[in-house]
Amino acid sequence: MRRAVASPGGRPPGAPRLRLNGARARKILLNATGVVVAIVTLFPIFYMVSTAFKPATEIDSLTPHPLPAHPTWANFQNVLNGSVIGMPYWTFLRNSLFVTISSVLVSSVIALLAAVAVARFRFRFRSTYLIMLLIVQMLPQQALVIALFLDFRKVNLLDSLIGLSLLYITFSLPVTIWMLRNFVAAVPRELEEAAAIDGAGPFRVFWKVLLPLVAPGLVTTSVFAFIFAWNEFIFALTFLGTDQGKYTLPVYVTYFFGKGSVDWGAIMAASVLFTLPVMVFFLIVQRRLRTGLLAGAVKG
Amino acid sequence: MLSSAKEAGPASTPALGSPNGRWSHLPPSVRRLRSRASRRRLVPYMLLLPSAVAVGLMLVWPAIQLAVYSFQDYGLPQITGAEPTQWTGFGNFHLVLSDPEFWSALRISVLFAAVVVPLTLVTGTLVGLLLNRLGRRMAAFVSTTALLAWAMPAVSASVIFVWLFDPDGGIADWLLTKLPGWLGGGAHWSGFSWTNAPLPAYTVITLLVVWQGFPFIAVSVLAGLKTIPAELHEAARVDGAGPWRMFWKVTYPILKPIFLVLLLLSVIWDFGIFTQAYIVTGELGNRDEFNLGIYAYDKAFTMPPTYGVASALALILTVVLLVITAGYVRASVRQGAIS
Repeated sequence: MRRAVASPGGRPPGAPRLRLNGARARKILLNATGVVVAIVTLFPIFYMVSTAFKPATEIDSLTPHPLPAHPTWANFQNVLNGSVIGMPYWTFLRNSLFVTISSVLVSSVIALLAAVAVARFRFRFRSTYLIMLLIVQMLPQQALVIALFLDFRKVNLLDSLIGLSLLYITFSLPVTIWMLRNFVAAVPRELEEAAAIDGAGPFRVFWKVLLPLVAPGLVTTSVFAFIFAWNEFIFALTFLGTDQGKYTLPVYVTYFFGKGSVDWGAIMAASVLFTLPVMVFFLIVQRRLRTGLLAGAVKG
Repeated sequence: MLSSAKEAGPASTPALGSPNGRWSHLPPSVRRLRSRASRRRLVPYMLLLPSAVAVGLMLVWPAIQLAVYSFQDYGLPQITGAEPTQWTGFGNFHLVLSDPEFWSALRISVLFAAVVVPLTLVTGTLVGLLLNRLGRRMAAFVSTTALLAWAMPAVSASVIFVWLFDPDGGIADWLLTKLPGWLGGGAHWSGFSWTNAPLPAYTVITLLVVWQGFPFIAVSVLAGLKTIPAELHEAARVDGAGPWRMFWKVTYPILKPIFLVLLLLSVIWDFGIFTQAYIVTGELGNRDEFNLGIYAYDKAFTMPPTYGVASALALILTVVLLVITAGYVRASVRQGAIS
């Protein structure tokens, strides 16, 4: 970040040459625009973090400052030990981790099976199935939630984290199948055939040839499924309605927010704790994704 | 197992025990092998089974039920079993269409999409074009910050924006009071509440949605730009085309299919937008700020629940979106996504 911010300042100090040549001026202008875009984009995130470290007096002040004058951990402490709404952050983190991890694992397996089917076999209804997935993926959640609520009520899956992760599995499937299909199709068939000729059975071919080559693809789709489940709000809000102890982090953050006197420091601290994992994860995976995809391409 | 029955034909994979192996002249084996072949034909269906069951039960079935409920008087007495469910024909739709709140919600949804979609597309495209011109490091830096905004959970983003636009201590009102009068700033912004009326509330939601939505557009446009051969732009430049002409005569025609898909996706996402609108407008508190998504949700989940009416609304929303989706699927098919 420091390096990138410094680049538009790469302009000669004092600018002795008044007539910069056109290409150089354009480059400076472009980089400056890039920096402005980055600053504007980052500002809300920055302000969330900054507010989370501000003591109450600075938050209530009518002249807001970008940085806290007297940074404090108090907001985080209040959130972590639960003194604001009577339940600690860890309860909700545990709930969120449970639905997210379980749904990512299960949906990856199910999606991989389906992706192998549509990428490696020709059969009736193949493209029908793919188009059907494309269409159902567009069904609005806020519409389906009504019928799903009534169904889940009948089978006693309301206020249940397992019920919620079943929904997350299903709703991430269309996208993950579509994405994985491309990754499976990119693995050269000859590799599998060569292994088969060498006497490997279908399951060995799957474990030893296909799976390692599709692994980068699985990472990509898992990231999408993770972000979806971690961030999901409508279902969590509706299906966990009455049982506070089952809330996932998004519902927890808004629950906080709905309570009469608004404690912005605590809300921003809670948002940071909720947002940070997904951002860090995203940044790590983003880099690994690029190399992973690249490695896959070279191997293929 | 992993190679298709038709394409990787029998002769090429003897080790997999293909139907026409060297024992095929023996009648009993032929029969056994044929049954194995038909079992192989079942393999893709077995692989699809888990996903088909999940999608069928939790995506397709609820959609069908919505359609059924929307013609019934499904409410609190019916859900508890106190009264039987009855078919009411188009009663729910009649109720909805004669409700002024429905028309207000529809108006908000349509206007919101009409403003937000072009705004997101233009911002995203401009940033995409910028990223394409930047050096490698700078482009990576800007696109990473943009993707951070994109990866931001809708709930956090909404809560942050409500805080930025808070009347007591929010930074937006403070900045506006400091702004010179000829730019529309002034003391009257002090303590201005953004969530008391539809227009200011949806202004906040617009900024929020553009902020979170433009990175996806920018990255998609950038990916498209990378596929355009440099010679095309070079040739246009030699012919004396400026950037504006270059975009409309070279870039846009080539990227048109991508723009079409992005346009349809944005409309689908923004038309019935729920989470952001729900949080910014105050969690079902302000009825005059409902859009279609919130209005339907309110009908189903505020006491007393009227699931029938809510389903009728949800059905209207779904049908509108499915019509747009049909366009999206056609655009994807034409792009060669399904082969």
